[in-house]
Amino acid sequence: MRSTDTDILKAAEAWRREGRGVAIATVVETWGSAPRPVGSHLVIDEDTNFLGSVSGGCVEGAVITEALDVIADGKPRMIEFGVADETAWQVGLSCGGRIKIYVERVD
Amino acid sequence: MRLSLLSDLNEERAARRAAVLVTEVGSGEQRLVREGQVGSDPLAKDLEDSLRQGKSRLAEQDGLQFFLTVQTPPVRVVVIGAVHISQALAPMAKGIDLDVTIIDPRTAFATPERFPDVPVLAEWPDTALPDVGIDPYTAVVALTHDPKIDDPALMAALRSKCFYIGALGSRKTHERRVQRLMASGFTEADLARIHAPIGLDIGAVSPAEIALSILAEIIASLRNERRRSA
Repeated sequence: MRSTDTDILKAAEAWRREGRGVAIATVVETWGSAPRPVGSHLVIDEDTNFLGSVSGGCVEGAVITEALDVIADGKPRMIEFGVADETAWQVGLSCGGRIKIYVERVD
Repeated sequence: MRLSLLSDLNEERAARRAAVLVTEVGSGEQRLVREGQVGSDPLAKDLEDSLRQGKSRLAEQDGLQFFLTVQTPPVRVVVIGAVHISQALAPMAKGIDLDVTIIDPRTAFATPERFPDVPVLAEWPDTALPDVGIDPYTAVVALTHDPKIDDPALMAALRSKCFYIGALGSRKTHERRVQRLMASGFTEADLARIHAPIGLDIGAVSPAEIALSILAEIIASLRNERRRSA
């Protein structure tokens, strides 16, 4: 069962060793009622396969899109979702909280 | 993140050692700090705090922002007794990401057929436990109902820093157990660590319900303790 964060990191290592482009997204800060605690991971590969979660499914789509850019150019990014943010309405962080997510490539 | 760093992090976890991955958020620069190296790291105090709480978080130093990915070993439940309750408990524990090891010297009970997915050791607890190792991320659960199997396991658990000890049996059974363990030199404070009767009081009747109440009590001990220290 791959639901613990480290099993997710194990998968990230295995995927990279297979030669896939891989990014790791990590929740680094939360405000209000955020669905997943700080430290939660989402691992994404270049074909948009993913494991884990950084929210209850609300912003994963947007994070995966961002991760593809990170896999492409190798530059880590900090992204933020919240109710005050227009994109948050689009991707729907419906819980009313705010989260900051760090996305980095596995080199 | 460098693949070698990710690989080191995964290796520490597999070996049941705590570690912190430190990421300087601005530059993306990273280092892995193993449990034994925490004291000599520039962020020692932050690392110690976050390890004690078992929580990942941000930290700041000299105008730089760091993210601390805290990794503590997976929580493990060592079950003494390859009994009916344990058969229900093993798959449930796996479902909530707890590692399980079953120990029972009775070879008729401790069979892989009865426990297909978890390690089963057909040994006496005193023989098996030193190898299994009881660390602060371990819960010890005694379910045989037989003092000659349960007691040595409870003694080993009481001498360890495990975060949870539970023993099956009624209040009367536990009273007799307390007397035996006190005769072996344990104090009242030591024995207060034992949850008995075992499990949260949800009126559990069937083996599966009792397994659920035990696991709920283990989670409560794990999370409440961390909450208090936070």
